[in-house]
Amino acid sequence: MFENLSHLALQHYWWIIISLLGSLLVFLLFVQGGQTLIYRLGRTEQERTMIVNALGRKWEFTFTTLVTFGGAFFASFPLFYAASFGGAYWVWMIILVAFVIQAVSFEFRTKPNNFLGQKTYETFLFVNGMVGTIFLGTAVATFFTGSPFFVSEMNFSQWKSPFHGLELALDFGRYATYINLSLGLAVFFLARILGTLFLLNNIDDAIINKRGLHVMLKNTLPFLFFFLFFLVNILVRKGFAYDPATGTVYLEPFKYLKNLLEMPVVLVIFLTGLVLVLISLYKTWKSFDTFHSKAIWLAGPGAVMVVFALLLTAGFNNTSFYPSTYDLQSSLTIQNASSSKYTLTAMSYVSLMVPFVFAYIWYAWRAISRKKIDKEEMEEEGHKY
Amino acid sequence: MIESIDIGLVNWSRAQFGLTAMYHWLFVPLTLGLAFIMAIMETIYVKTGDEHWKKVTRFWMKLFGINFAIGVATGLILEFEFGTNWSNYSWFVGDIFGAPLAVEGIMAFFLESTFVAVMFFGWNKVSKKFHLASTWLVAVGASLSALWILVANAWMQNPVGMRFNPDTARNEMVDFWAVLFSPTAINKFLHTVTSGYVLAAVFVIGISAWFMLKNREMLFAKRSMLIASIFGLVMGAFLILTGDESAREVARVQPMKFAAMEGLYEGRRNAPLVAIGLFARPQDPDHPKQQEFLFKIEIPNMLSYMAFLDPNAFVPGIRDLVQGNEKHNIMSYSEKIERGKIAIQTLKDYKQAVSEKNTEKAALLAAQFDDADFIDNYFRYFGYGFYDDPIALVPGVPVSFYSFHVMVILGVHFMILFALVLFLLFRNTLHTKRWILWVALFTIPLVYIASMAGWMLAEFGRQPWVIQDLMPTIAAVSRIDKSAVQITFWLFVVLFTALLIAEIKIMATQIRKGPKTEGGN
Ligand code: HDD
Ligand code: HEM
Ligand code: HEM
Repeated sequence: MFENLSHLALQHYWWIIISLLGSLLVFLLFVQGGQTLIYRLGRTEQERTMIVNALGRKWEFTFTTLVTFGGAFFASFPLFYAASFGGAYWVWMIILVAFVIQAVSFEFRTKPNNFLGQKTYETFLFVNGMVGTIFLGTAVATFFTGSPFFVSEMNFSQWKSPFHGLELALDFGRYATYINLSLGLAVFFLARILGTLFLLNNIDDAIINKRGLHVMLKNTLPFLFFFLFFLVNILVRKGFAYDPATGTVYLEPFKYLKNLLEMPVVLVIFLTGLVLVLISLYKTWKSFDTFHSKAIWLAGPGAVMVVFALLLTAGFNNTSFYPSTYDLQSSLTIQNASSSKYTLTAMSYVSLMVPFVFAYIWYAWRAISRKKIDKEEMEEEGHKY
Repeated sequence: MIESIDIGLVNWSRAQFGLTAMYHWLFVPLTLGLAFIMAIMETIYVKTGDEHWKKVTRFWMKLFGINFAIGVATGLILEFEFGTNWSNYSWFVGDIFGAPLAVEGIMAFFLESTFVAVMFFGWNKVSKKFHLASTWLVAVGASLSALWILVANAWMQNPVGMRFNPDTARNEMVDFWAVLFSPTAINKFLHTVTSGYVLAAVFVIGISAWFMLKNREMLFAKRSMLIASIFGLVMGAFLILTGDESAREVARVQPMKFAAMEGLYEGRRNAPLVAIGLFARPQDPDHPKQQEFLFKIEIPNMLSYMAFLDPNAFVPGIRDLVQGNEKHNIMSYSEKIERGKIAIQTLKDYKQAVSEKNTEKAALLAAQFDDADFIDNYFRYFGYGFYDDPIALVPGVPVSFYSFHVMVILGVHFMILFALVLFLLFRNTLHTKRWILWVALFTIPLVYIASMAGWMLAEFGRQPWVIQDLMPTIAAVSRIDKSAVQITFWLFVVLFTALLIAEIKIMATQIRKGPKTEGGN
């Protein structure tokens, strides 16, 4: 069946998959958000144990989604993999290290004789929750604001800033830096909100829940501020358009706004997602007692839809998804950065397994979380973080 | 295209990749093998209902969990290092290499991480059968994780199933099945996972031996050793078989690696196998000048037999490969370099023609890359064109030789150990043979050494190629400052070493605590 699709159709299909994985990843960053709230929500050792255990049963999924996101990007758009990872070296290394220290922390935190001490592993979790989210968001923002790289005729890429990516987040002389950082911070606050909603759903404890409401409200304003700042900026900005006839990339006013208007489906997904997030926050606030444990089921899908639509806006409708500010013609599009038709076809067959993967994850999760985490369970014998 | 590459950058990037790969490989094999051993133990528990078997299972599961987390942590770095440190490589082969990596994520990692959660947290929540199935799925998932990355690695040793596309200047996949089922891939997968199974068997036997030496948990130790020694014996046999097959495959597709791992300079018929040998001098800067053996024990004809299943077969030595050997139809490296340069020039001419919009000339040149003669006589030496000096194309001989021999000799040692442990278990005298228990305990570091040595051989022996004959390491590297790589290298040294120390301390503490007394005894 996939053989009959054109190369262009396959490229679109794979951009959809990448966008889907990316948006799921942002949703799953609730683990990271929750990690920054361990001490905020848990005042006693026992409360913290419940929080860590609730998050700890999910961290692998966020991690594996990150890994799969990377692998899928490599396979479908290898030129992006080469240009971005090899170029923005420091940004990616910081993100990676932030995730490495997370991976051991749940397992090692309370084990006796763990060398670095419980506090260190908790710090690791906090650093991962903060640095991981902010830098991932910042990196995604460059899909709209561009990066300084050059691709040679042999398709070898080179970064044109000696700071190798750090300039994207820290060069405050450029306006684009503020846009990049605002998305990073928006992701950070979103992750904290989602993390709180997840814990409200997962933990059966009145005190933690009460604090949760407070935390959620406190993070909502900064989230909205940074997200709207980012959104308004990219909508009114010149975007990186691509002319398929000549293969040239050029700047077009209001490109991303036009993309949303010219792709009404994407616009609908985007707005629906945004509304879902806002409704779930509002209802949690207004009718906490009946709604708090359901909020994540509204806010989660909402967040996925918003990010999904944003990523489609970055790559579809003849847009360069990884623009170069150094040399416009080096910009990457889903056409010029992709794998061959054969590889995309073969991989598309593999992608048919994804619904199956979702199904067993769902099944297994349900099986082990029928009952909410409570104090009694933390006293029981068994694997515990 | 690689005129201005700083060799220091290449070496630091190699060091960083090697370091992180080594750290990953320190944890992965135990995951691979212990998962199966646990699954077998739990199966016995479910079949017999004997609570003691559950206790045995849960003890090893706890160690598994500690080891697993750090394996995951180190894997993440490796995946992204292809982009961060080998970006040109990522483009040149991403069309082929990326695919297995993505499949691995979708097929294997999710399987593993989903059912690991059930395995750890599901004891009192799901049925016994469901739990058992989860444990088996973790084991299968772990070996599936290994499959895809090893397919990718095998493709680098023996690139098949692709075509060069001059427009994109990269190799593109044309046959997925050829990549998946190349003999190199099959051997690599089987040999590597069985090495993990053997490693875990030695691990379980060694730890159990410690309990026996302390006179603690006798039943637990015996039962663990019984499972591990049978498992080890069976898997060890596979390991030797597939290792032998791997050697034959190396002789066929990477004759230089084969010559290096045997320290064979002059090719010959009826070549003997050096069973044990010691070089007289450290690495000679003047490579193909022979490195004399100070001492060696040889098995006559064995090398010819191992390489080609024929004691009379001619095995080419390093000198034959570098200087060529007309009698045996071996092309010299200088000839290959000439031809590689022609292939590279053809690509440059093509790019020139395209940019000058000379469509006629461009079409003509592009056609070359689909022409069987050109591919066979020129393009297949593409990578050689990056070099001028044939000597640069010889891998380190001592490192290849020693790593190969260490691995093989230790392999034999493990088999003897498994057989002995099993025999004494049946005679019920193992706990009285203290020296065997000590040997078993000290075999744990040896099995890690053997396993590392295997990769040293595979990876150092391939140098200077990233993709055998097509892409040299110097062309693969990302253009970043050497100092940046140095910083991350040391960062990883500190970070991973700290995590390793933490892991060992935690494990040792958990082992000392022993299996909990809940359940029968
Ligand atoms: C417990 C570890 C262990 C043991 C006992 C052995 N091996 Fe091994 N060997 C490995 C662990 C390993 C490995 C780490 O898994 C390697 C590295 C790359 C690979 O494919 O497997 C490897 C590679 C490797 C290679 C290189 C393959 C290549 O470059 O593609 C050869 C020729 C052998 N082995 C041969 C043997 C033989 C003849 C053995 C017989 C006793 C043996 N190995 C035992
Ligand atoms: C896990 C066990 C492995 C170990 C211990 C290992 C070890 C090493 C070492 C020591 C080097 C540096 C050698 C040198 O270049 O001089 C290296 C290089 C490299 N290895 Fe491996 N390796 C392992 C697995 C893999 C796998 C599975 C792949 C591919 C999927 C791979 C791909 C590479 C690449 C791309 C390089 C860098 C380029 C090169 O130097 O050839 N390695 N490895
Ligand atoms: C350079 C090559 C390699 C890369 C890029 C790589 C990548 C990864 C990544 C990203 C993970 C974490 C997955 C997760 O999120 O759960 C991982 C784990 C794992 N890898 Fe590797 N890997 C490499 C080499 C190998 C090799 C050679 C094997 C086995 C032969 C292997 C077997 C495994 C297994 C069994 C796991 C499961 C987790 C664990 O052991 O703790 N990997 N790898």
